[in-house]
Amino acid sequence: MPVREGVYGLLAEFNTPSELVHATEMAHRAGYRRMECYTPYPVEEAAEALRFHKTGVPLMCLIGGIAGLITGYGLEVWINVWGYPLNIRAMPLFSWPAFVIPGYEWTILFAGLSAAFGMLAQNGLPQLYHPLFNAPNFASGATTDKFFLCLEAHDPKFSATETRAFLEKFSPVSVVEVDH
Amino acid sequence: MIDPRTGEYAVIAPGHNFRSVTQKIAGIVLTPNTPMAWWGGLFLAGTIAMGVVIGVTWLVLKGVGIWGVSIPGAWGFAIINFVWWIGIGHAGTLISAILLLFKQQWRNSINRFAEAMTIFAVCCAGMFPLLHVGRPWLGYWLLPYPNSMNVWPQFRSPLAWDVFAVSTYATISVVFWYMGMIPDFGTLRDRAKLPIAKYFYGLLSLGWRGSTRHWIRYESASLLLAGLSTPLVLSVHTTISFDFAVAAMAGWHTTIFPPYFVAGAVYSGFAMVLTLAIPIRKFYHLEDLVTLRHLDNMSKVMLATGSIVAYGYAMEVFMSWYSASHWEFFMMWNRMFGPMGWAYWVLILTNIAIPQATLWWRKCRVSVWWLFVLSFIINIGMWFERFVIVVTSLYRDYLPSSWGTYRATKWDYMLFIGTWGFFTVLFLLFARLAPMIPMSEIRMMLPQTKVRPGGATADHVVEEAL
Repeated sequence: MPVREGVYGLLAEFNTPSELVHATEMAHRAGYRRMECYTPYPVEEAAEALRFHKTGVPLMCLIGGIAGLITGYGLEVWINVWGYPLNIRAMPLFSWPAFVIPGYEWTILFAGLSAAFGMLAQNGLPQLYHPLFNAPNFASGATTDKFFLCLEAHDPKFSATETRAFLEKFSPVSVVEVDH
Repeated sequence: MIDPRTGEYAVIAPGHNFRSVTQKIAGIVLTPNTPMAWWGGLFLAGTIAMGVVIGVTWLVLKGVGIWGVSIPGAWGFAIINFVWWIGIGHAGTLISAILLLFKQQWRNSINRFAEAMTIFAVCCAGMFPLLHVGRPWLGYWLLPYPNSMNVWPQFRSPLAWDVFAVSTYATISVVFWYMGMIPDFGTLRDRAKLPIAKYFYGLLSLGWRGSTRHWIRYESASLLLAGLSTPLVLSVHTTISFDFAVAAMAGWHTTIFPPYFVAGAVYSGFAMVLTLAIPIRKFYHLEDLVTLRHLDNMSKVMLATGSIVAYGYAMEVFMSWYSASHWEFFMMWNRMFGPMGWAYWVLILTNIAIPQATLWWRKCRVSVWWLFVLSFIINIGMWFERFVIVVTSLYRDYLPSSWGTYRATKWDYMLFIGTWGFFTVLFLLFARLAPMIPMSEIRMMLPQTKVRPGGATADHVVEEAL
């Protein structure tokens, strides 16, 4: 658990995604690991520069889907065979083709909810407070048209002066220190 | 305007950057001045929506006997309106899910309000079967839950499948819609001046901050939801068509129903998207973002689905002859030339003749006023399609001794027209309070997004794009 006081990190602001990706790539090569890009739309190249490829969302979705299928189909079979057996047009109690559609719908329902809520959970959202919102330029630009790179203070390589000098090399609009 | 490089209309008018599109879209929501026309529209739509309030109240007090449903016409306006509204919703899912999977980037501008249209249409649709069961306050009996009566749903009936299909569809649509808005709520939170707006958009954004790791997971979830919604939307109208096709009723008992229903749903849904998009782009001056390219493409989708629908009609006529079934043959004759034959010809005129006669020409496909008129024509036609399917099969069935007729009462009309108002009220509130066009997706379509190795500055990128 990182310390929740003092400096959170150094935040560099860029005007274009290209500058951001370049700086991120260089920071990674220089050995920084605890860092994150903030962009107003998804920039896949930034994720590559961060070496972030795999997400757990598809697996959660798959597990949710399987759970939904088993729950939905199992429920139908239990109801129609054991729980409340009814003779309808002399069809077999276990008329499996008739059970396909509700089972299918529950598969989609569970898979979809797992994907959406799993994504939020993995992202740690909702999280209404974050130190970065303390930076005025972040609040006005990160969700509109600016591109940010934050090198975080709990990176072993982080040093308030050297990291700042490192970031200044990429001619950002500004480099600001963000507090917790 | 036509892009000289592709020969197509441009998806976004040139000259926009990240800031200008954000300002344009967020400005509609964040402006302190609500346009008078919006208030006027809300007042008018709210007045019409009173039809729902009065209609439902009286229905609950008196029972479904106030409607025109009786034997043999046991399914009247309620089922027609249910199928019509839910069909309208399908275009929203098609745009948000299927076109996303096909990487049709032009869909980005119309995606959000088409999805909103889906949800509001499903709200209107869901009302009807719930009221049609007779005792809407016992509607939860449709769900499988342990109860003291020891009764469970009967899963061999398509009506039970419908409950699952429609409830899943409503849930997934709401989740997909809201998830799509999270980053945009973040933008609104950051741009809002009013403290209360900041507060509520802040809550709705869940603290979104545009982190790249978040974006990658978000994109992954979006793609998965699109992949799940695609079979879902096809299954929903398929299941609704099973309500008819599984019944042993002449005119219903056909295998062409699922594809023909789905195509019809998309057809009417795109017409409704046009009905909404054309006034919105005019009123909020969004012609740069919802361009002629969008109208052209939507018309093409309508042309394609309209042709499938026409094929469906032709195949119904053919099968009624080819089946050599006396009842099928009579049903089709009665549908065309019986006492309600006029409804069949209205539907042929509005769903096939008029659209097919115009949409093949690009001049008509990009004529804004014509598309606006046509969107109403098609939706009237699609309503008549459901009317013809439901009513003309039922009111003269196998035994002439049980023949009857169907006449809707004023309560049927009141509730149906009321749902138009209800839908419009919901849509107006959405247009005022939520971003109608997904800002993050529009930003992704701009030339400035191109990443150059070595860190090109803004000037380089714009120069290259030009």
